[in-house]
Amino acid sequence: MSEPPEHPPGRTAAQASADGHKPLLTVGNPVLTVPLIVAGACLAIPFVAMLWVDSYARLTPALIGIPFFYWYQMLWVLVSTLLTVVAYVIVRRREETVRRERHAGGEEG
Amino acid sequence: MKDGVNGVALAVFLFFFVVVTAMGFLAARWRKAENADNLDEWGLGGRSFGTWVTWFLLGGDLYTAYTFVAVPAAIYAAGAAGFFAVPYTIITYPLVFTFLPRLWSVAHKHGYVTSSDFVRGRFGSRGLSLALAVTGILATMPYIALQLVGIQAVLDVMGVGGGENANWFVKDLPLLIAFGVLAAYTYSSGLRAPALIAFVKDALIYIVIIVAIIYIPIKLGGFESIFSKAGAAFAAENPATGKPRGSLVPGADAQWSYATLALGSAMALFLYPHSVTAVLSSKSRNVIRRNTTILPLYSLMLGLLAMLGFMAIAAGVKVKNGQLAIPQLFEDMFPDWFTGVAFAAIGIGALVPAAIMSIAAANLFTRNIYKDFLKPDASPEHEAKVSKLASLLVKVGALVFVLTLDKTVAINFQLLGGIWILQTVPALVGGLFTRWPHRWALLAGWAVGMTYGTWRAYATPSATQDHFGNTNLIPLIGEKGYIGLTAFALNVIVVIVATFVLKALKAPDGEDLTRPSDYTADAGDPGVRAELPPATAGAPGGH
Repeated sequence: MSEPPEHPPGRTAAQASADGHKPLLTVGNPVLTVPLIVAGACLAIPFVAMLWVDSYARLTPALIGIPFFYWYQMLWVLVSTLLTVVAYVIVRRREETVRRERHAGGEEG
Repeated sequence: MKDGVNGVALAVFLFFFVVVTAMGFLAARWRKAENADNLDEWGLGGRSFGTWVTWFLLGGDLYTAYTFVAVPAAIYAAGAAGFFAVPYTIITYPLVFTFLPRLWSVAHKHGYVTSSDFVRGRFGSRGLSLALAVTGILATMPYIALQLVGIQAVLDVMGVGGGENANWFVKDLPLLIAFGVLAAYTYSSGLRAPALIAFVKDALIYIVIIVAIIYIPIKLGGFESIFSKAGAAFAAENPATGKPRGSLVPGADAQWSYATLALGSAMALFLYPHSVTAVLSSKSRNVIRRNTTILPLYSLMLGLLAMLGFMAIAAGVKVKNGQLAIPQLFEDMFPDWFTGVAFAAIGIGALVPAAIMSIAAANLFTRNIYKDFLKPDASPEHEAKVSKLASLLVKVGALVFVLTLDKTVAINFQLLGGIWILQTVPALVGGLFTRWPHRWALLAGWAVGMTYGTWRAYATPSATQDHFGNTNLIPLIGEKGYIGLTAFALNVIVVIVATFVLKALKAPDGEDLTRPSDYTADAGDPGVRAELPPATAGAPGGH
């Protein structure tokens, strides 16, 4: 779900960093929330799966005659796409929340 | 190869070529802006492309004719090792998801046209920006040349060009015509031309792949038979090396290479100038994010395409030049008219990226060499003019490259290009997240990475020659891995150490023109205009 407003530190940090009033960290938002960690995990999992070559370097079980090595990696195209979609939804909701709160906070552009 | 010219295939090929040429010229009127005489319009299509146009443009841009010829050719030659292109294009999307939106935002806010524009604004260093611009141009040129190789492969198999005995002019005339036409519409329509043509290209490619992946296995007796024949062929000894030709699964000693090639290539893909150009032409942050979720469709296609390499073996295609394996497979398997469609797909698949690459290289030259060093007061109109001319020069350069040098030279340089582009990661990607590294440290790291990477690649024998291999022993780890990634690690170490030293010595730091909020700005935010006024083409820079 999107950010509930009971994260006041997240909100202030986002506001300040968005306005550039204070020299804050430029790396995203310093406050990590559960959805953000999930999004990060979704983006990280394909790296582990694909770079761990030994986990899939074998011929069987074959699928319609295609060795495991090949169909498994093609399957991961779909899996990693789904994971990226999840990350996208989470990140977009968060950005919308931050934006709404900033407008509600009466910032002038 | 059949004798003489394949008339039906050639006619179909020409038909598509003419259609695409007409589209290329008409593209100038597509979404035309009132004031079109600046780089935002000519070089970035008005920064107005939505999700679908961007998808076609990036797909047309990244998955080039060369990819379509080279990936199955690598599989044809050695089997599993060539399949790293699939994990590579899987992990590239989660990776770019994290940083491309930031690049888009800061570029939109400040009117940056190239990635080097950003580096100059961020680190206040024209030298660093020049280094990255030169790297980008050097890496792009052979890539354009390889697109020509892709067209040549198709023309060769069709029997156009008079064969080996014809004089060079007759032999190269078709290629000259194709490229002349391409240069003309790129000049007049800018990025809009490849964006429009990409629709045709991708539609053709999808049709051809889907037909090929169903039709050819049926003719060859199913995948089981294809893979058993391929397995037998790979097990046979290569007389040159005394080892088996390849394998269906990477052995324990090849897995580091496989993984590091995938990772290194994934990191480099979106830093190529032509990728950046396509990304910056989109109209919002979320267009880019959405694209990371729909671009993998091309990766799936690439995986299927790789299967064609096995099919070529099973079908008994014998070619001296591996690049011809797939065109030859098509001609052997398909009826003539569909061979024409398939060849048109490859041919147009070469034109789209060649156009975008030449535009990207021209933008780099104009913004980061011409304007920064030669003519700082260039007006937006003047910039657009220089860029148009530069795009012609780049194409002529690529043509000369292909016509005068051996094909392997272009392939070697493209390989080096990947290694070189990786050395721009610390400044470009690092710069999007942190201002901590010192500009001179970044320059030093770049120089070390470039030197090490080039030297190691030269010293490493490849499967077919004494130089320009891409994997070698990784120091300390002792496994074979991608040289580009090792060079990148060295680059990062130098950047970190040198930054500590330079900061301790209080070396003058460059001015940072960006603000933290610039990296998350989106179209529609207060202070971010959806349409950039032409004045921003003269972006704030170090002058």
